[in-house]
Amino acid sequence: MAIGTLAPPIGAAAGPAHAAERSRVWRKFARNPAAIAGALILITVIGAAIFAPYVAPHEPTRQSLIRRFTPPVWTAGGKATYLLGTDQVGRDILSRMIYGARVSLIVGITAVLVSLTLGVTLGLLGGFLRGRVDTVIMTVVDVTLSFPPLLLALAFVAALGPSLLTIIIAIGLTGWERYTRVVRAEVLALREKDFVEAARALGASPARTLLRHLLPNTFSSIIVMSTLQVAQAILQEAALSFLGVGTGSAYPTWGQMISLGRDFVTVAWWLPTFPGLAILLTVLAINLVGDRLRDALDPRVG
Amino acid sequence: MLSVIVRRIIRLVVVLAGVSLVTFAILQVSGDPISLMMPEAPEADRAVLRQSMGFNDPLPVQFARFVGNIVRGDFGQSFFHREPALPIVLARMPTTLLLSVLAMGLSLLIAVPIGILSAVRRNSVFDHSATLVVFLGTSMPVFWTGIMLILLFAVQLRVLPVSGWDSWAALVLPGITLTTVSTPLLLRLVRSSMLDVVGLDYVRTARAKGVSEWIIICRHALTNAALPLVTVAGLQFGLLLGGAIITETVFAVPGMGRLIVGAIRQLDFPIVQAGVFVLALIVVLVNFAVDILYIYLNPQIRVR
Repeated sequence: MAIGTLAPPIGAAAGPAHAAERSRVWRKFARNPAAIAGALILITVIGAAIFAPYVAPHEPTRQSLIRRFTPPVWTAGGKATYLLGTDQVGRDILSRMIYGARVSLIVGITAVLVSLTLGVTLGLLGGFLRGRVDTVIMTVVDVTLSFPPLLLALAFVAALGPSLLTIIIAIGLTGWERYTRVVRAEVLALREKDFVEAARALGASPARTLLRHLLPNTFSSIIVMSTLQVAQAILQEAALSFLGVGTGSAYPTWGQMISLGRDFVTVAWWLPTFPGLAILLTVLAINLVGDRLRDALDPRVG
Repeated sequence: MLSVIVRRIIRLVVVLAGVSLVTFAILQVSGDPISLMMPEAPEADRAVLRQSMGFNDPLPVQFARFVGNIVRGDFGQSFFHREPALPIVLARMPTTLLLSVLAMGLSLLIAVPIGILSAVRRNSVFDHSATLVVFLGTSMPVFWTGIMLILLFAVQLRVLPVSGWDSWAALVLPGITLTTVSTPLLLRLVRSSMLDVVGLDYVRTARAKGVSEWIIICRHALTNAALPLVTVAGLQFGLLLGGAIITETVFAVPGMGRLIVGAIRQLDFPIVQAGVFVLALIVVLVNFAVDILYIYLNPQIRVR
C-alpha cells in the first residue's frame, strides 16, 4: 500500500504500482485454482520452516535405535507418534523434513538474490550502454551457458569447501544469465519508447533514466523470473546435497535425506520418498504461482 | 551466408577461451594444489615442486600455459590414478553420449506429437493434462525420479536391474530418468511454437483452400515451428548433460558424470578440469552445429 501512495504522478515510469492495477493483477491471479493451491502449499511450507521448533513433533537429530525403520503410520507396524516413520537411526522423518524446509528456502531465496543483483545489473548495463560493454557481457553469458547446469556449482563448491555460504554463492553465481538476457532485451526495447525519450529531453541524467525509468518497467519480468528461479535454486541445492557436496551442516536437508535414504530403499521405501515429495510439492507450488503471476502481470494476456 | 558462418566461428573461439578461463579458475580457488597432490610431503619438498611446476608464476602466465596444454590435450596427471586425466575422461564419454542421445531421441518422440496435439486441441482435457504433466516433470528432482523408478521397477516389480551398465536392460531406467528431464520443456516449446504459427495467415489460407487439417499441421505449421525447436533442442543438450551427471550417479552408470562427481569428492582436480572442459566443449560444439543448421534452415539468412 505504501508504494502506491509514495509513487509520483508520472505513471509511465512508476510501473504497475497503482491500487487499481494491483487489484486487477490480484483478481486475475485469484481466478486460477491451481495458483491458489500453489500459494496455500507455499504458505504452509514457509510457516513450517519459520515455526519449525514449535510444529516439529520431535527433535530432528534425536536418535533412537530401538525405533529405527518405523514405517509410516498408515502401514502395518506404523506408530502414531511417527507420522511418516523413522530413518535408519530412529530419527523422525517428518521433523527432519520440517527443519529441512529451512535450508531449502534460505538457500533458494538468498541464491536468487545473488543472481538477481548480478544479472539485473549486467542486463541494464548491456542494454543501456550497448556497444563494446554489451558484447563483453553477452560473451560472458554465452560462456556461462556452455556449462551444463549444476556442473560449475558442483566444481566450485568442492573447490571452496562445502558450506551454506559457498552453496548459496555457487548457485547464485551460476543462475544470473537469465536475468541478464531478459532485462537486456527489455531495456533495448524500452529505450526507444517515447517516455524515455521525453525523460532524456527533460535533462534526466543517464543514471536517472536507467534507474528511475527503465528499471521499474522491468520489475514484472524480474518478479516472475525470480519465483521460477527460486524453484530452480531449491532443486539445485537438493541435487548438490544429494551428490555429497551439501551444506555440511548438522541440520538435515531434503536432498541429503534422499541421498542417505537411497541406500535403504529396499528395506524402508519411506526414507527417500517423503523428502522427495516435499521438494516436488514445494517446487511445483512455486512454479504454479510463478506461471500464474506471469499471466496476471502481463497486460496483453486475457 | 559465409560471413555469418565466419562470425559464428569467431564466437566459438571466444567462448572456448572463456570456458578455459573458468576451468582454470576451478583449481585456483581451491587454494593450494600441491598440498592436494602430496598431503604428506614436508613443506620444503612442496615448495620445490610448487616452483618447478610453475605455481609461483603470475596468474596470466599460468593461464597461458594452461591454455597451451589444453590445446595439446594435456590436463595433467590425475592425482588419484597417476595417469593423464584426459584419456580417463574420454574413455567414459561414449557412455554419457549414448545415454544423452537416447534421452534426447525419446524426448523428441514424446514431446513432438503430444505438443502438436496440445496446440491443435488447445484448452481440451488432453491439453490440460499435458500441461499438468509438464509442471510435474519440471518440479521433480531428477535423482528422486530415478530412485522412485528403482523402487517401482527393480524393488517392487523386480523386472529391471537396479544399477550397473552390463546389459541393454540396464539402459532402461537411466534412459527413462533422463528423458523426464528434457521432455517437459521440449513439450512446452513444441506447443507454444505451434500455437504461434497456427494462427498465421498462410495457415488460414491453406485451410481456406480446403487442404486437409493433418497436411496443414505437418507440411505448413510444423516446418515453420521447427526453427525455434532446433535452437532450443541444442540449448537443451546442456541441460541433458547436467541431468546425465546426476542420473549416472543414481544408477552407477560408468560415464563422465559419475567420474566427475567421484573426482570432486576426492579433490582430483585434473580429472574435474578435464571433465568440466570436455562437457562444456560438447555443449559449445552442439550449439555451433545447431547455429549452422539454423542458418541452413532459415531461408532469410540462407539466401543472402
